[in-house]
Amino acid sequence: MTSAKPAPEPTDETARYWEGARRGELWLQRCMTTGRAFFYPRRYSPFVTGGDTEWFRASGRGRLFSYIIDHRPPPAFGPGPNIIAVVELDEGPRMMTNLIDVEPDPDRLALDMDLEVAFEPRGDWAVPVFRPRGGSL
Amino acid sequence: MAGISGKCAIVGAAETDGLGHLPDHTTLRLHTEAAVNAIRDAGLTIDAIDGIASTGRFAVDVAHDLGIVPQWVDTTSVGGCSYMLHVRHACAAIAAGQATTVLIVHGESGRSRNAHAPFRTDSFTPRGQFEQLYGVGPFYSMFTVPALRFMKEFGVSHEQLATVVTVQREWSSRNPRALRRELLTVSDVLNSPLVAYPFHKPECCVVTDGGGALVVTSSDRVSASPTTPVYVLGTGESAEHPIVSQMADFTSSRAFRVASAAAFREAGLRPADIDHLMIYDAFAHVPLYALQDLGFVGRGEAAGFIEDRNTAPGGRLPMNTNGGGLSYTHTGMYGMFAILEGVRQLRGEAAAQVPGVTTSFVQGVGGMFMAAGSLILSNAL
Repeated sequence: MTSAKPAPEPTDETARYWEGARRGELWLQRCMTTGRAFFYPRRYSPFVTGGDTEWFRASGRGRLFSYIIDHRPPPAFGPGPNIIAVVELDEGPRMMTNLIDVEPDPDRLALDMDLEVAFEPRGDWAVPVFRPRGGSL
Repeated sequence: MAGISGKCAIVGAAETDGLGHLPDHTTLRLHTEAAVNAIRDAGLTIDAIDGIASTGRFAVDVAHDLGIVPQWVDTTSVGGCSYMLHVRHACAAIAAGQATTVLIVHGESGRSRNAHAPFRTDSFTPRGQFEQLYGVGPFYSMFTVPALRFMKEFGVSHEQLATVVTVQREWSSRNPRALRRELLTVSDVLNSPLVAYPFHKPECCVVTDGGGALVVTSSDRVSASPTTPVYVLGTGESAEHPIVSQMADFTSSRAFRVASAAAFREAGLRPADIDHLMIYDAFAHVPLYALQDLGFVGRGEAAGFIEDRNTAPGGRLPMNTNGGGLSYTHTGMYGMFAILEGVRQLRGEAAAQVPGVTTSFVQGVGGMFMAAGSLILSNAL
């Protein structure tokens, strides 16, 4: 059996996020008291004691906040180097991701470059990944 | 001084006989061998031990294996800094009269994986939901992630990151028990294979087998032991995020700031009062964060501070004098070894002994900047 990239196994807290991703949409939560968005999904707002939250569809835009190029990736992510990145979304929260449509080359990966979301199928689900936005890379 | 400052001391401190590649030592044996060595170092027997601390199941397993009857148990398990927290908790318990003499023990077959539970990520955890899906695996694929942002914000060059390694090799080259002892130049480091850009192999810790243990007791009992007592003057702990991508500030560890501030406050000391420093260095960027977050230098000054040889042999703040996790040993949860080097320096028995050490600050990190533990140790009250 060849090793495939893993598929998410949603929990009660994360199901709505993963159901959105399966439709090709990035959904986040925000605190209903402060209006601040946060990641990852959870029961209460982390900004207010027991604070209520609401879901909204995010823009899917952000910037490259930091990354590594893993030269010894797990088999499903190899054999070539795998970019493990953190994107800062326009709405504020940061999340880990992979970058697509760009070479794993530091000269092509400038911090703060603009990114946009895409979705990589995984089994019955899909995982948000990001690609350079508006550039010709 | 406040809180538990000065009320307890480390009277026993030892590692396993061997360190590095010990394929016939199970993880349990590494614990018990270190424990027996530390109890003997303290001049005590198992009857004197009434408290036990180790990560997870090992507190009970080790106590049972050795015939210890604990009336106080701490299984705190927050990664490699767990042992700093154990020392803090043990001092509080002793000061409160819940225990008199506590054994704190670590062992890990990190290299040979002999009877050693592998690191695993369950799909339902935050890491399983939001990091594992992107190909993270070993620690080098996670702990390293914030580094490029730190380097960009403070203008840290790749050469300066490599200098963390070259300076620590100057320490490890003086230490026969260190696994990586050869001196390196900055170009040697930068010409080494990349593990996870921007980290080359020497910028990642040396994976080993080994164990270490401490015996902590109240300061009025130190005369029962033949060793130079090492008093616990300040302690601190904190926790931040379960997964590194959620670190609030990629240029500063909140857990480092919270834990170290508590330790300084308890000890009534400032960074200028410290003359020896241990910073848990699983990867070369961690000392850069800690030097700044603990207040030894200002924001953005850590790389230059190391480059200017302040932490090197002969420098004004000798740091990671055993060679660190990068070069001495790193079983997986290195924190115990950082404490043990602080103790050796204060006893005057380190392989690369710094003259006149009276205060040592030992900073631990757990997980991927997940948790932190701080200790301020001294050979004088």
